[in-house]
Amino acid sequence: MFKILQKSISIGTVTAEYPRVAPHLAEQFRGRLEFDFAAWSDARPAADVCPTGAIAIHDCDGVRQVTVDYGRCIFCGECEQASADGAVRMTKQFELAVTDRRDLVITAEYALQADGHHGELLSFSSGPIAEEPGKRIEAAIHKLLGRSLAIRQVDAGSCNGCEQEIVALNNPVHDIERFGIRFVASPRHADMLLVTGPVTRNMELALRKTWAATPDPKVVVAVGACGISGGIFGTNYASLGGVDAVIPVDVYIPGCPPRPEALLHGILLALGLVRQRMGTHPRG
Amino acid sequence: MTSLLNNLRECFPEQIRAVEETAPGQFTVLLDGPDATEMARHLMSGYQARLVTVFAEDRVQVEGVFYLYYVFDRPGDPSWLILKASVAAENPTFPSLAAEFPAVNWQEREIQDWFGLEAVGHPNPRRVALHDNWPDVHPLRKDFPLDTVLPPFEGERHVYRPAHGEGVFHIPVGPVHAGIIEPGHFDFAVAGEPILYLQLRMFYTHKGTEKLFENLPIQRAVFLAESISGDSAFSHGTAFCRAIEQASGIEVPARAQFQRTILLELERIVNHISDAGAIANDVGFVIANAHAGRVREILLGLCETLTGSRMLRGMVAPGGVRRDWQRTQVEAIEKTLKVVQREFRDLVAMLQSSNSTRERLQRTGILRAEKASMLGVVGVAGRASGVDLDLRRDHPYEAYRHLPFRVPVYQAGDVRHRLLVRIDEVSESIQMVRAAVTQLPDGPHRAPTQPIPPDRCAIGAVEGWRGEIVHWVHTGYGNCLERCKVKDPSLNNWPAIVEAVEGNIIADFPVINKSFNLSYSGTDR
Repeated sequence: MFKILQKSISIGTVTAEYPRVAPHLAEQFRGRLEFDFAAWSDARPAADVCPTGAIAIHDCDGVRQVTVDYGRCIFCGECEQASADGAVRMTKQFELAVTDRRDLVITAEYALQADGHHGELLSFSSGPIAEEPGKRIEAAIHKLLGRSLAIRQVDAGSCNGCEQEIVALNNPVHDIERFGIRFVASPRHADMLLVTGPVTRNMELALRKTWAATPDPKVVVAVGACGISGGIFGTNYASLGGVDAVIPVDVYIPGCPPRPEALLHGILLALGLVRQRMGTHPRG
Repeated sequence: MTSLLNNLRECFPEQIRAVEETAPGQFTVLLDGPDATEMARHLMSGYQARLVTVFAEDRVQVEGVFYLYYVFDRPGDPSWLILKASVAAENPTFPSLAAEFPAVNWQEREIQDWFGLEAVGHPNPRRVALHDNWPDVHPLRKDFPLDTVLPPFEGERHVYRPAHGEGVFHIPVGPVHAGIIEPGHFDFAVAGEPILYLQLRMFYTHKGTEKLFENLPIQRAVFLAESISGDSAFSHGTAFCRAIEQASGIEVPARAQFQRTILLELERIVNHISDAGAIANDVGFVIANAHAGRVREILLGLCETLTGSRMLRGMVAPGGVRRDWQRTQVEAIEKTLKVVQREFRDLVAMLQSSNSTRERLQRTGILRAEKASMLGVVGVAGRASGVDLDLRRDHPYEAYRHLPFRVPVYQAGDVRHRLLVRIDEVSESIQMVRAAVTQLPDGPHRAPTQPIPPDRCAIGAVEGWRGEIVHWVHTGYGNCLERCKVKDPSLNNWPAIVEAVEGNIIADFPVINKSFNLSYSGTDR
């Protein structure tokens, strides 16, 4: 007993200070892709190697439409390696959660040249910027302390990768309880469902029932490429794709899997929604 | 192997149509007809061979038949023996081996569900891989399109076997569980606290993975392999790449072999340490879990430094690894391991200092050695129950032949010994990674990309942290796959949990389950 105490005291505090302080990321960490659309001369090599179709091209009437969907991206970095012109670059940005699925998609249109390269950049829809950086969210959260958030996690068919990182939120380094957030055993005790995907045909009913059992007001957070879009599994005879194919989703957290800080960012973003809804939803 | 093949030719002259070395050290014996029973019996009783996996392939459109593959290995021989039996499309049945060799019980039923081939004589032919409420479809037949939209499921739900008696009742658990874990359904029949009988229902996370591999470009398929079981991304990815390399004769450069070995062992260390913590947690020793979680974070930081991903994703590739290491990255390995070794030693001391923890783990969830070998249990769970198997030693791959290591084997088969296997293996692995770092050769980290020849078949096998992972590929045209069969160690080990929990109190189920820590997604695919 004494030795255990001694050990714990000698270790001291290990809890990371995210979101107040930026996390320590390895030099090699692969976060959000950045595209220099004006300089991008050919999207085909990137689209060819993309394992999930996150980068897709559509040629029609001399115009090439390039779509980048961060909701499908598994952050493998193959597109960066395949694009010779240096227009595709991995960054270390990880705060990618959004409340609107459409915010994860960028579309660019180019005049198409005869050899398949891009000509002039015709139009371009603005890219996803973290809706609110974690730091700002935290300031808002301060006002919320005094109430706690209960999360029920639902694995609707994932590979268990996202679960690994969600479990890590409970370790002393990420320690999600410092925000008054905790994981609960029953949806009946939950304010939030944290759902990983893809939603399989065999989990569809369980997910619907879990959602129905969660009292209002509630928020649903879809985790990871598979939870957002079906990811590498997409939709097929056994997979329905993303969580929002089955239940309404309030926040989307990209990643494969999202690192704990990215999860925390998305959860804190969703916490703001809980608060909004509390105002409109009398709760006994 | 030559003498064994000659013996087979002598004993079964009528039945053998051809023998071929389909990949280096992988011998395929093509049989006449669907019946491999006699030969399987002969191999297992006469040669102590082990039936590693059984699976099927639909070749009806090309050759008019389905094929069944029975993969064997035997002690002291690093090669693989594959019996290939054909099943005529007009008579889609094959004799079941499950009554005699329970290890293939689920696998034969999977073939039944996915291919519509009837396992004649199977002791429990009910559905396993498709749930009972599914319509009558066979998704791995080639005439079943991947994107088929099945109508809402209106079939009967699964009926669990009832248990009767005074004070006997059922406790249904799942698929949504209380913790942050994967979905599955457990139906406990209990008499008071002791468990009489556990019935398992898996395949809730079935997402069509093996079907998805079909016609998939191999470059993309690697990422699908990484998503079979998220805690074993690197092992599954490597098993897949090895299968491709074996099929196409790609030589992996020496440096990449060492890099892979280091990462495979890191995956083992990370998962074993977090399991040690989780086992302690499930008996109320929360502080040990907190320390394990902290050590795990240190290791995941190293994983990120070495691969760009905490889960070791996006690193392995056919022919080697995607990214080379700078000197500072290699130095980070030694630096981190030094800390981890010290922390792990303290964690183990902490675990062993607690008598109440020991009390809860000892003689809990016993899997007897005879049962373990009968059920074909592999990996950590097998080694804790006297099953002395480890692919790193028995079928050496990558850099393992250059690294001395000990394979811990215990007989007791309880939770405590499954924990001890992990503890021993972490020490071995730390020592192996260190040795690999000092021997890390210079040179390329990846073989030049080359086209993958079509119509080649090969096995890729890797001892993941959980146990033996086997991928079997059949290459197609245009650098695509014809079929990829995935066997996660969990598939054999689930039925062992049923044995291990019997007679234990229901409150011990979580820790027993955690001591196996099987992959639902790896099972369900």
